[in-house]
Amino acid sequence: MTVLKIKFSFQRRVRLAQGLWLLSWVAMFTGVVIFSLGVFLKTELLRRSEVMHTMDIHMVPNMLMLVGLASVGINLCAGRICQDSMDVARFTRWKNFLTPFFMVSLLFTSLLLVAMSLSYALQPSLEESLKIGLKNGIRFYKDTDTPGRCFQKQTIDRLQMEFQCCGNSNFKDWFEVQWINNRYLDFTSKEVKDRMRSNVDGRYLVDGVPFSCCNPASPRPCIQERILDNSAHHNYEYHIEELNLHSRGCREALLSYYMGLMNTIGPGVLSVFLVQMSVLASLRYLQTAMIGVEEQENMEVETEGYILEKGVKETLNEAKENLKNLVPGWNGGQVVDEATEGDAEAEKAA
Amino acid sequence: MALFLVKFDLKKRVQLAQMLWLMYWFAVMAGVLVFAMGLFFKIELRKNSELMDNSESHFVPNLLIGVGLLACGINAFGGKICYDSLDSTKFAKWKGVMKPFLISCLIFMVLLILTALFCFMMRIPLQFTLAEGLKNGMKFYKDTDTPGRCYMKRTLDQMQMEFKCCGNNNYKDWFEIQWVSNRYLDFSAKEVKDRISSNVDGKYLMDAVPFSCCNPTSPRPCIQIQLTNNTAHYSYDHYSEELNIWKRGCQQALVSYYGGMLNTIGALVILVTLLEGVVMVGLQYVNTAMSTLVNPEDPESESEGWMLEKTVKETFTDIMAKMKAMSKGGQVEEGEGDAVATVS
Repeated sequence: MTVLKIKFSFQRRVRLAQGLWLLSWVAMFTGVVIFSLGVFLKTELLRRSEVMHTMDIHMVPNMLMLVGLASVGINLCAGRICQDSMDVARFTRWKNFLTPFFMVSLLFTSLLLVAMSLSYALQPSLEESLKIGLKNGIRFYKDTDTPGRCFQKQTIDRLQMEFQCCGNSNFKDWFEVQWINNRYLDFTSKEVKDRMRSNVDGRYLVDGVPFSCCNPASPRPCIQERILDNSAHHNYEYHIEELNLHSRGCREALLSYYMGLMNTIGPGVLSVFLVQMSVLASLRYLQTAMIGVEEQENMEVETEGYILEKGVKETLNEAKENLKNLVPGWNGGQVVDEATEGDAEAEKAA
Repeated sequence: MALFLVKFDLKKRVQLAQMLWLMYWFAVMAGVLVFAMGLFFKIELRKNSELMDNSESHFVPNLLIGVGLLACGINAFGGKICYDSLDSTKFAKWKGVMKPFLISCLIFMVLLILTALFCFMMRIPLQFTLAEGLKNGMKFYKDTDTPGRCYMKRTLDQMQMEFKCCGNNNYKDWFEIQWVSNRYLDFSAKEVKDRISSNVDGKYLMDAVPFSCCNPTSPRPCIQIQLTNNTAHYSYDHYSEELNIWKRGCQQALVSYYGGMLNTIGALVILVTLLEGVVMVGLQYVNTAMSTLVNPEDPESESEGWMLEKTVKETFTDIMAKMKAMSKGGQVEEGEGDAVATVS
C-alpha cells in the first residue's frame, strides 16, 4: 500500500523539477534567515551574560544556527538533484545517496521544532539563572576595586537604566545589601557606626537605592535615599509614590524581553519548517517518479510518485532489518563466541 | 577641433551603451540612498526637536529628499535613453531632447555640489539653535505641572543619559537655575528660606545636579548634591573627581552627533556628484556617436564621439554670441538669455 500516490506525466515531472528548483532557492534563503536569527539571539543573550548564572538557554540559538547552516547545504543538494533529474543518466548517480540524504534532512528539519519547544521549556531555567545572576550582581555592586568584579556596578547601572527596572524582584532588594563600598564610609561618624552595629553581619544597610533606579518620567526630582521615611521629604508618601523609581524588577524585565524575542522568532521558525518540509516532500516525489522512468528507459513515459512504497509499519520493519544487516558482526559475532549470551542478545534485538 | 575625440565601431558603441545603462542603474540606487539619508536625518532632528529653538530649520533634510527624488528621475530617464540608443530608429525620437537633457544634467550637478556645501555648513546654525533650546529646556525642567512643558523633565533626563552629557556647556549650568519645583519645597524650613533670600530673584539655587548627570562608570555611588563642598562627602575632592558626573556639555554632545551625521551625508553627496558627472560624459559620447554615423542606413558603420564639438574657448565664445543674439532678438526672450547666461 503506497502512501500518497500521485501520477506524473512528463510535463508534470518537468514542472515539478522546475518548481522544486525555485523552491530550493527560496528555502536556502530562509535557511540563511534562520542562521542570522540564531546569531542575533545569541548575541543578545551574550550581551547580558554577566547577569546570567547558567548558559542552558544558549541551546536554542545554537540549534537555530546549526539548522540554518545545514539547510543551506540541504537545499543546495536538492537544487542540484532536480537539475540533474532532467537527464536520466545523470540522475542515476544520486540513487544511493538519496535515502540517507532524506534521513539526515528530516533530522535537521525536526530540530527546528525541537528548538521552538525548547524556547518555552527552558523558560523556568532562564528565570532561575537570571535570579541567581542578578542576586550576585547586586551583592558585588560595591566591589569596584576587586579585580574580576570591578565592572559589576557599571553593568547593573546600565541594565537598570536601559530596561527601566530596579533590583531583582523590586527596589527593596537594595535595602538588604551593602551597595556602598567601605572606602567611601566615614567610620568615625556616629551614623555609620550605628548602622553597622544594627545588623549581625556588620553591614552598612540603608533604605536607599542607586541613581540608576530613578524614573525619568517622575514629576519630581528623584528621591534615592531614606525612601521609607515620609518625614524626610516634603509632600512625600512612599506608599502612594509610584513614579519615583522604576517599579519593575530586573528579572521580570529581562525575562519578558527574551520571551518576547523568542515569541517573535517563533512564527518565522515555523514557516521555515513548512517550507523545508515541502522541499523534501517534492524531492521525494521527484525521486520516486524518476525510478519509474529509469525502469522503462523512456523519458516521456507516465510514472507514479509516492512518499512511501509500502505502509508506515512495513517500512519501519524493513528499516530495522536493513540496520541489522548493515552491522554484520553485531549478532553473528556474539552468536559464534558465546552461544547462550548471543542467543539472548539475538532474541532481545529481534 | 573636437575635444577628446574617440572613434567608435558597432561593438564599441554597444559596449558603451551597456556599461552606461548599468551605471545609470547604480546612479538611481544612489539617488534612493540620498533620499533615504535625507529622511533619516529629518527623523533624527525631529526626535530632539523639543530641545531646539523655534528657529530650527529643516532646509537641509528637505533639500536632500528633493535632490534624491530628482536624481532617481533624471537617472531613470537617462537609462531609458541609453537603452534605446542601441536601436537607431528608437534613438531618433530622443535626438531633439538630448541637448536640453544634458544641460539639465549639468545644472543638477551644480545643485548637488551646493547641497553638499549646505550639509557641511549646517553645523553652525544648528549650534545656535541647540544653545537656545537647551537653555530654555533647563529653565522649564521643573515645570512638570505646566501644560505644554510637562514632558521637558523627562526629555532632558533621557537626553542626558543617552548622550552622556550634563547641562548646556557643563554641569555648572544646573547651579544657576532652580530645577526643583516649588511644590516639593518646604517653605517653613530655615534652609529653604535662607537659599531663597540669598539671591535677587528669590530662586531656590543649589550646587546639585539631577540624577541623569550621573556617570555609571564611576567607582563610587553618585554624588549629586553639595558637589562643591568637599567636607560634605567622605574622601571627596571635587577638583580631582572626574568620573562622578558627565563632564561634557549637552550642546557639544548633540552638535558633534549631528555634525558627524552631516559630514557622512555630505561626503556621500559628493560621491554621487562624481557619479553623475561620469554618466553625463558617457551620455554625451553615446549621443555624439549615434549622431555621426558615416552611413546612416548601416548600423555597423563607424562613427565618432566627442565631449565638446569645438574647443572649450570656441564653445564659450559661441554661447556668448548666441546670448547676445537672443538678447537683441527681443524683450520676450530676455529671460531665456539670462537662463543661458547662468548655465555658462
